[in-house]
Amino acid sequence: MSTTKFGEYGGQYVPEVLMPAIEELTDAYERYVLDNEDGFMDEFRERLADFGGRPTPIQRADRLSERYDAEVYLKREDLLHGGAHKLNNALGQVLLARYMGKERIVAETGAGQHGTATAMAAAHLDMPCEIYMGKRDIRRQRPNVFRMRLNGAEVNPVTVGRGTLKEAINETMRDWATNVEDTHYVIGSIVGPHPFPRMVRDFHSVIGEEIRDGVQKKTGGLPDSLVACAGGGSNTMGTFHDLVPDEEVSLFAVEAGGDELVVDDEEGVAPHSASLSTGSEGVLHGARTKLLQDADGQIVESHSVSSGLDYAGVGPELSHLVDEGRVTPVNVDDTAALEAFHRLSRTEGIIPALESAHALAFLEDELGPDADGEHDLGEVIVVNVSGRGDKDLEAVIEETEKRDLDAAPSMEVMYE
Amino acid sequence: MSDDVRTAVSGDEPALIPYITAGDPSLAATAEYVEALAAGGADVIELGMPFSEPIADGPTIQDAIQRSLEAGTTPERYFELVESLDVDVPIVCMTYYNLLYQYGESGPDESDYERLRRFVARAAEAGVSGLIIPDLPVDESDPLRRACDEYGVDLIFIVAPTTTDERLAKMREQVSGFVYVQARLGTTGAQADVSDATHESLTRLAEWEVPKAVGFGVSEGQHATEIVEAGAAGVVAGSVFVDIIAGGDDVANRLEAKARELKQGALDGATTDTPKAGK
Repeated sequence: MSTTKFGEYGGQYVPEVLMPAIEELTDAYERYVLDNEDGFMDEFRERLADFGGRPTPIQRADRLSERYDAEVYLKREDLLHGGAHKLNNALGQVLLARYMGKERIVAETGAGQHGTATAMAAAHLDMPCEIYMGKRDIRRQRPNVFRMRLNGAEVNPVTVGRGTLKEAINETMRDWATNVEDTHYVIGSIVGPHPFPRMVRDFHSVIGEEIRDGVQKKTGGLPDSLVACAGGGSNTMGTFHDLVPDEEVSLFAVEAGGDELVVDDEEGVAPHSASLSTGSEGVLHGARTKLLQDADGQIVESHSVSSGLDYAGVGPELSHLVDEGRVTPVNVDDTAALEAFHRLSRTEGIIPALESAHALAFLEDELGPDADGEHDLGEVIVVNVSGRGDKDLEAVIEETEKRDLDAAPSMEVMYE
Repeated sequence: MSDDVRTAVSGDEPALIPYITAGDPSLAATAEYVEALAAGGADVIELGMPFSEPIADGPTIQDAIQRSLEAGTTPERYFELVESLDVDVPIVCMTYYNLLYQYGESGPDESDYERLRRFVARAAEAGVSGLIIPDLPVDESDPLRRACDEYGVDLIFIVAPTTTDERLAKMREQVSGFVYVQARLGTTGAQADVSDATHESLTRLAEWEVPKAVGFGVSEGQHATEIVEAGAAGVVAGSVFVDIIAGGDDVANRLEAKARELKQGALDGATTDTPKAGK
């Protein structure tokens, strides 16, 4: 059996009722994904190309390259079908569920991108699908809720707690525990019990493979730095995985610094989602990893302007790579992310997801006109634009109005 | 190894094992409720220590956990409550792994065993007889098993309807106190009937020497009767008691009456000729 851990992190901490399903899934992962039994991976890659639109381009960002005096390339996962990298994993898992003979799909979603991708994959592969989504996220991400419904998925609102991603994960685990015999839970990031962190990473590793090929063609070499935002960490590991062995490539995981990097122990709230930068080791949702928790081990509520990054944990493999010194965790705050959102929209004609805007804001922090330049990013930098920002427009309008942002257009003109 | 829990579950009479969440709605109220349950015939009391992400529990107990956390229950206050209890039944602590793992100040490079040992030592000192950790499957339980053995605290595992024979063999080596037989798929929560999975699970465990208690969905005396008739040594019920607490009306008396009903149901089940597995 493949190891369940990355160093100290990972494992399988779930109720006994789920263990047989996890063993069954581990077996299926090893046979179909790792050994390509029955041509599973061939079918997956073919569907990713034909249905998903892979490969996605590596685009040189001319204005950003000029601004930062470097060769800045954008990995355009926003151009994948559905508008985010999430389809890689959703399609992989729904297809795997079909190979395993499962009859029903459940999934959780935060920003709605994973739910949308799962609903699309399920419709594509003709599987019934139910999505759990926190009530607060439903409010923040209405267009995605509608897209899920359009693709035939049921959307179940989760009202406990603050109604965000972690509550939705709890609720989906409960559904899975009740219907485990015929249902597969499509976990949306590199989190959860083994084999999910490895399997989800493998489905997304096509991102890094395409970066390697694309940059090689354009520059004849490897990039100096890869930059990707990190909530749970699926686009991060998808971007990094293929290049982890190439030690000359620096890997930056950009977390949501939210309002500020503190935890209010009294209220049990963190006004950020930076588990890699500030979290401590613990066990959540089936895996040991770095978490935002109080001194007693209660999980605190996280925050980010981007609901896709708003999660109190992070993938165990990323925690391990950070401890090993291979991945550098950094973070930017909500305002910097919004600035970067507007900047890319105006200068390159690409409206990025608020998640991806965090990765772009890191470039500004490091290389922009007011930068302090703590890190050496080198000459050739690839930023993963993990998704497109259409889903975030309502949140961006609301948050932009609260702030005086240099890069933002005048909202008054837009209302006239 | 303490024999408290095992003795209490495998006595001459079938055992009643009620669950409530400590600190719901306050720790002072919990002390009163524990006494009421004991007066109603409880043989072991499962006392939940609230964790913010209770993935094995249904909405009823999740709400109780939320009320308890809002009332300021912490692991340390939980232990102080257990120390203050004046009842003659063993207390089993049901909680989630992260709270054990985080308990107390940890030093650099401490092993899991060293971290868990602090929690188990404090639990034993406070008078906790056993632990149920629903998100800790037997595969990851070695360090906690060692700590529990050292302090004479039982580590109780849950057998699910889906548990394979291979996994049962692994669990059989690890189990102590009693085996918690999960009567149905899913999470905790009161149900209208007793699942067929109960009979099947008890048959699969018939050879085990440790007593078996059945829970998940038990809410009426008749359920307890059926469970004991099926061969269980004990009956676990949680959400039905938590519902009474949530109702907030004449709680202690109603808890005692419900415990009495379930205990009587279990006793009725024992008057049939069915042999009691695991006694």
